[in-house]
This record gives sequence, structure tokens and C-alpha cells, in this order.
Amino acid sequence: MIQIQNLKKSFGDNEVLKDINLNIAPQEVVVVIGPSGSGKSTLLRCINLLESITDGHIHIEGKDITDKKNNINKMRQEVGMVFQHFNLFPHKTVIENLMMAPTKVRKVSPEVARNKGLELLKKVGLEEKANAYPSSLSGGQKQRVAIARALAMEPKIMLFDEPTSALDPEVVGEVLEVMKQLAKEGMTMVVVTHEMGFAREVGDRVIFMDGGYVVEANVPKELFENPQHERTQAFLSKIL
Amino acid sequence: MDFRFDIIAEYAPFLLKGTLLTIGLSIAGILIGTVLGLLIGLGKMMKNKLLAFPFTLYITFFRGTPLFVQILLVHFGVVPLFLGETNAIYAAIIALSLNSAAYIAEIFRAGIESIDKGQMEAARSLGMTHVQAMWNVILPQAFKRMIPPLGNEFIVLIKESSLAAVITAPEIMYWGRAMAGQYYKVWEPYLTAALIYLVLTISLSFLLNRLERRLKTE
Repeated sequence: MIQIQNLKKSFGDNEVLKDINLNIAPQEVVVVIGPSGSGKSTLLRCINLLESITDGHIHIEGKDITDKKNNINKMRQEVGMVFQHFNLFPHKTVIENLMMAPTKVRKVSPEVARNKGLELLKKVGLEEKANAYPSSLSGGQKQRVAIARALAMEPKIMLFDEPTSALDPEVVGEVLEVMKQLAKEGMTMVVVTHEMGFAREVGDRVIFMDGGYVVEANVPKELFENPQHERTQAFLSKIL
Repeated sequence: MDFRFDIIAEYAPFLLKGTLLTIGLSIAGILIGTVLGLLIGLGKMMKNKLLAFPFTLYITFFRGTPLFVQILLVHFGVVPLFLGETNAIYAAIIALSLNSAAYIAEIFRAGIESIDKGQMEAARSLGMTHVQAMWNVILPQAFKRMIPPLGNEFIVLIKESSLAAVITAPEIMYWGRAMAGQYYKVWEPYLTAALIYLVLTISLSFLLNRLERRLKTE
């Protein structure tokens, strides 16, 4: 589904990603962990081309997204993204947040987009908030709306960039629950998170990144209980 | 000092016509200046420095030279160049629009740059083009923040339109000066003109305050 080959990314002289190679299968849930500054968020943002790629290739469903001939906007429609700080559109109601991209980009009629939006809100348990403005929602509710907004474009892949890091502890669970449900339905997901419980329970594979490299990748049980690499051991001993 | 209300009454019809022209000049300047200002502001924000340079130059010139000079240049230089002869009202509208566009461009730029970049990223991640994201996500939010500085600029524009009197555009100050010239009076014409400008600017700030409050509660 996603093939990343020799991916390099630099900000000026600072090389954040140094030769990343990674294949993600359809319906796979990959959880990326690692210390801050390890490049995990940058990796995620490269998959969506929110960061330009310095070197290497990323193929999504066989198409090279770094090839200028391919339409970035078209590809982004297939890849949903959920941000740490939600980034809901504050001047639009919840349902309008969900309807904007389908109507403007996919040219879906407003009625169809509204029905689809309400269905998604029901799925994340926020049907009654359809006409509320984002400012009136709690953090957990905002993030669930953000997930629904990404799903409204019917993406094939969902990227989560520390979706629970900005949330109060008591609402983290409701967001993770929605993500678990999504994983169960067979969505291909790449999740950058510090929620080790989620990684263990939902992840098909956990990737540990440090210093711009993928240091170790394995099934969660193995990676958490039997880390091979020294740096992985050091990181896990600090957080577990 | 005997204050002659009779000459104010005599000039009232002219001052009324002048007021209408002042309002017309201001509205034209605001509308054209806003459209031009948006384009110039977006132009200055282009990543390609070479393409952005002409817009920077434009802003530097029109903010860095007196409006008075610009009005004279447009009236005696630019308009005759294109029309063969000059026209005070056209020249006033053009000079006011070009001048306010430079200020409005900077207001737009500041407004747009004040919006969290996550908004653009979220819109782009949903597959919107840069233009779609700008139009549907960034500008509506930026616009709310731009109302107070835009209001300032509009008020400045109303007052500065008085400079059009020197190129004989028959607005408020043109008639004020005519009245002063005819009767050798100072207080009557200029206090009357000042009062009319006050009424115009106070009405505008009242409208802008209401607009701002309405948008805030939405």
C-alpha cells in the first residue's frame, strides 16, 4: 500500500530523516514510536507531502507521489490526516467541517455530503454536535470530529500525528476507541503516538525511530518484551 | 466674531453634492483598493522572491510617497497619458485606489499570516488546492481579524479624499475652499467641512463596530 524507499528529509543543514525504508501493507496498522526529535512526525508528514521530500521515493498504491507528474491534491484525497492540534475550521460548524472537502474537492452534492457527514458523526458518537461550532467542543470531541472530517473524503489510508498528545488524560480513551474501531474495520493506518497501550493492543507492527532512522520494527509483543536494539531498550525502559 | 450661518445655508446644496462625491470617491477607493490590495498582498506572499519583488516595490512606492504627490502624478501625468485629457474625478479615484491598495495589501498579508498554519495543512491534507484552501478556510478567518485595521484604513481614505480638492474634483473641501474664497471667511467653510467629515467617519466606525460584533458572535 505504501512503499517508502531511501527517504531523506532535511530542514536546511539539519537532516531529520536519514534513509528510511518501510513497506506498509493494506489494512495494516503501523504504530511509530520514538523520542521527540526522532523524525516520526516528519515521516508522517512526508507521506502526505505536507513536507517536501529531499531525496528518495514514496509510492502509494504503486504511484510515486514524489513524481511531479502525479497530482498531489488527487493523492491527498486518498490519505486522511489527523493532527495533534485538531486543526478544525473554527469558522464552520461541525457538519460544515465534514462537508467542506467532499463538496469542494469531490463535488459531491451538499445533501449527500450532509448525510454522509451525519453518518460519520454518529460513528464517532457526536451526532448531536452537528450544528455546534468547534470552539464549544472538548478536546476529545474535537479530535473525534477531526477523524470524521478526514473519513468524509473516504481515504484508503489514515495518518495520525500524535492524536492524543494535546488531550486531557480523561478524554484520551474516547479518541483511541474511535481509532480502534477504525482499525477493526480494516483501515490502513500509520499512527505516531506515545500511547503504548494502544500500540500493543491495536498495532500490527511497531516501529521505533531514533535520530532519523528506523531503529527497530517488529510485532508489538516482540518489540516491547524483547527489544533487540540498545536504543530501543533504553527508550522503553524510560517510558514503560 | 460674527458667524455667518447664511453663507453656510447658501452653500448647503453644493456641500451636499460635495459630500455625495466624497462618499463616492471613498467607496470607489475602498472597493478597488480592497480588490487590488488582496491581489498585491497575495503577490507579495509568493514564495518565489523574484515574482514577489514587483509587489514589494509597489507597496514601498505607494506607502513611501505622499498621497498628494501621487494625486498630482495621476492627474497631470497618468490620466492624460491614457485619455488624452485629464479628468479630476477619475484621477482622484485612481490615486486613492492605488494608494489604499498598498496599505490594504499589508493588512491582508498580516491577516493571512496570523492564521495558524495548521489550518492550511488540514485543508491541503483533505485534498483541497492552495486556492480552495485560501478561499474557503484562510480568508474567511483572516477577514474577521482584518476588520479593525481595514476600518482604520477606510477612515483614513475618507479624510484623504479631501486632497482631491486641489485637482478640482468637486468634493467637500473643493466647495469649502470656494466658499472661503468668495467670502474671505475661515471658520464657516472649514468648520462645516470638518463637521461633515466627522459625521462620515463616525458613521463608518459605527457600522464597522456592528459588523465586528456580529461576526464575533457567529
